[in-house]
Formats: sequence, structure tokens, C-alpha cells
Amino acid sequence: MKNLLILGAGTAGTMMANHLQHELPEAEWNIQIVDKRATHYYQPGFLFLPFDIYKPKQIKKPISQFIPKGVGYVQEQVDKVLPEENKVLLENGQKLPYDVLIVATGTHIAPEETEGMAGPLWQKDIFDFYSFEGSKNLRDKLRTWEGGKLVVHISEMPIKCPVAPLEFAFLADSFFINKGMRDKVEITFVTPMDGAFTKPKATEALQHLLDEKQISIVPDFNIERVDNERKMIVDYADREVPFDLLVTVPTNMGDAMIERSGFGDALNYVPTNKATLQSEVKDNIFVIGDATNIPASKAGSVAHFEAEILTENIKRFIAGQALKDEFDGHSNCFIETGHGKAILIDFNYTHEPVTGTFPFPGVGPLKLLQETRMNHMGKMAFRWIYWNMLIKGKHIPFVSATMNEAGKDLEPKKELV
Amino acid sequence: MEKTYNGTAVHVNDQGYLTDFNEWNREVGMEIAAEEEIEMTDEHWEVIDYIQDQFQKDVALSIRGIKNSGVINIKDFYRLFPGGPLKKASKIAGIPKPVSCI
Repeated sequence: MKNLLILGAGTAGTMMANHLQHELPEAEWNIQIVDKRATHYYQPGFLFLPFDIYKPKQIKKPISQFIPKGVGYVQEQVDKVLPEENKVLLENGQKLPYDVLIVATGTHIAPEETEGMAGPLWQKDIFDFYSFEGSKNLRDKLRTWEGGKLVVHISEMPIKCPVAPLEFAFLADSFFINKGMRDKVEITFVTPMDGAFTKPKATEALQHLLDEKQISIVPDFNIERVDNERKMIVDYADREVPFDLLVTVPTNMGDAMIERSGFGDALNYVPTNKATLQSEVKDNIFVIGDATNIPASKAGSVAHFEAEILTENIKRFIAGQALKDEFDGHSNCFIETGHGKAILIDFNYTHEPVTGTFPFPGVGPLKLLQETRMNHMGKMAFRWIYWNMLIKGKHIPFVSATMNEAGKDLEPKKELV
Repeated sequence: MEKTYNGTAVHVNDQGYLTDFNEWNREVGMEIAAEEEIEMTDEHWEVIDYIQDQFQKDVALSIRGIKNSGVINIKDFYRLFPGGPLKKASKIAGIPKPVSCI
């Protein structure tokens, strides 16, 4: 009997457990998934919880509900990976041997990386919406907040779901309009990037929306510290942005287990081949989702596309065949723009988000890079798709792992750097 | 697009970043710095050397990377290259504009 071990039962790890349980012969392979937590969160819901659009119970379910029969669920904390021994050491001292290891330990917020962020105002006037607790505390704050300066802020790239902070700003605009208090709230978007988003083409469309919604933007802001007494964020050039309510995306980092294992980069992400998803640590270690250092967005859709290719590569690795170097960085995300509308973007390593139709070339029904109600419906329907299809590893019809170029108004490919 | 620095023609993109690092030399760097109103000192060159070394090792440039480099602290990095230090230092170093993200 051989052992396949998956570390992390989040979106990516759970999908891999489901895929591999189907693909690997049960008589030959013992599959186990390790995660000390008991709750699986629908993380896109963290964006909606603060505005009372989703209730907590709609975005949390037990992890055990999604682990397929035939896969063992080890509810323990991982201490570290021992690549030389092909074993994983648990905090309880037990060692789990593996023939193939999949690291899917994701990314989490690290407010302690910025001076003063996790200080006296943390979770009082400074909130995150990248954790269930943070998002819920922010909901409670917004229910009674009387207005003032709202600052939506990104600390450092890369972050999970790079469009989420913009969506938060757009949804906040709608939220305060609906509450009849938009005139009492000044919204500022502060980012270390030189514009609203990471891709120039989408930035143009999004900048237009920021203007339309009277959200001001402070670009090129690399935060040095949070001044709790004066309620200011301060950057290395000594620029200051005052806030009454700071909604920040703290530095995102990979799991501390990766640091303990000694193979992470400066942010604890695992060096990974961007086309095959094999780690650069050892050939029997693979990485998926937010835990990798590949230059693709950290997002559930990316993990979904990666899962199809990684499943194929695990099968090839086991059979001693060459790996498929096919992952193209495909990412697909809905961007909520408020007032029941959304934008859809589809891009990969080489193509910027463009206009066009999705998933059917020339037909849609979803329109790329345009604000429509249908796109918003798509985003809302996605919660059902996530719980019932995506993490169970079911194929989502008409959406392929690599980007489809038909139906898109593509510009010539940009040079690979 | 071509531009002439120190008597030699180099290729630059529309934002003035060199498109071929091999065309770079210290005099070119010095003239780009002058355009950015920066007078190069040993302190500046130490940073540029580090940035070029990282570029050749294929490591993406970031504020965190500079912070962990041990070469310079971020306050001084801003002092040496006021405004956008990552962008200005990259331009002077003859490497592409940093893409800090995806």
C-alpha cells in the first residue's frame, strides 16, 4: 500500500482529495488529508458578511462533510515536512509517511507584520475581512457606525483574491447609499500598486468605476506603520492617510509550517514550477492553490483550474511518465461593483483581462470586463456551485482548465518576461 | 524606441525602462539617474548592484525583498530614490519595471 498525503483541507486540498479518490486505485493507495481545523469556510462570502448580505451559516460547513469516503481525515496540527525522510511530523510527535505529498496549506493574514496594525485599535476601528472573525466583527461595527473616513487598504502584494479590496469599496458605496448615509462617509482606496488593479486593461475599467462612485485612490502607498493614537496610516515616504474606520488587507503569508520545514520564500510560499505544479523542493512534493509562489492570482478559481492539471500530473508521476507542463495561470473572477451588478474577468499568465463573452464564444451569457446584472447573478450562483460542485471536484461544464481564447477580444500576446 | 545615453543608443519602452539589460552600463545608469534628478553616490550604487544581482537571479523585486536584503533599510531607500524607489531604482538599474503582483 502506498501513501498519498494532502496537507490542508481548504478549497484546493479538498478538491484534490475528491479528484484523487476517483482516480487512484483504492487497493493500492491510502489517501489521507491533514488539517487541524473543523470548519470549511466559503471564503468569497467573507466579502458579503460585513454588509449583512450573507449570514454566517451560509458560508460555513464542517470540513468532514466534504472529505470523500475512502479518504482519511487526520485532524491534527502539522509541525513540519521532512523531505529527506518522506514523512510529515505532526505536533503530537507522530510521523506520517508518504510516497506523494501535496501541500495545500493556503495563505493567511499576518497583521503583526506591520507596526501598530495589530495594536489597540485592532478589531475596534481596524478590521480585516479575510478571516471569518474579522468579517463578522466588521459586520457588527458597520451596523452601528455613524460615518466618517472609511479607508480600504492593501498592505503588500501578493494577496488572496486581489480584486476583493476593490469590491469591498464598491459594496461599501452601495451599502451606505442604501442606508441613506453616503454623504456622511468619505471612502478612500489605498494601495501599494500604481493603480486600482494589477492588470492595466482592467485597471482602466475599474478606475472609471472608482470615479463614478466618488471613491478616491491613493496609489504607490507602501505602509510603514499604523499610528493608533492619531488614527493614521503612514507610508515609508511619510505620507499619512487619516481614518475613522480602517478596513485593511494585512500582509498575506503562507503557513508557518512551511517556514518550519525550511523551504518557503520570504513570505512562506513554496517554490513551485508554474506549469507543472511540482515543487522545487523534491520531485514527490507537489503544491496547489495559495501555498505556491507561482505568478498567478491566489484565488479559488485558480486552485480549481490547477486541480485538473495536478490530478493528471500526480497520475503521470506515479506512472513514471513526464509531467504535463500545461498550467497557464488561468484565473476567472467576478468583481462585485455594487447595486446588484458585477464585472467578470478571465485571464492567464500571458493574457490580460479583455472584453468578450463567457463561457460560450460570441454568446455569453456572461460579458467580460463589463458591468452587468447577469454577472452579479453568476457570482451569487457561485456559492451553490462551490458547495455542490467545485470542492467536490465535479467538472464545471463549459469552463476549461486552460484559458479559451475564442470569443475574446484579444490583443497580441505580450512577451513573456 | 531608441534613446541615446552617453553616446550609445539603447532600447527603452514607452516609460523609459531599458528593454535589454545587456545594453546597460554605469554611464547609462548615471544619465538615467540625472533625468530623475538623482545624483548617484556609493550608497546608491550599492543598492543598484543588489537589484541587478536579484534580477539576474530571477527574483522579483519588492519592498519586502529590499527590507530583508540587509543592504539598506526602507527609510533610506526612499531617501536615496525619492518618490517611487522601486520604480526609479529599477529604471536606473536598466531592468524592467517591477510587477509586484498578479
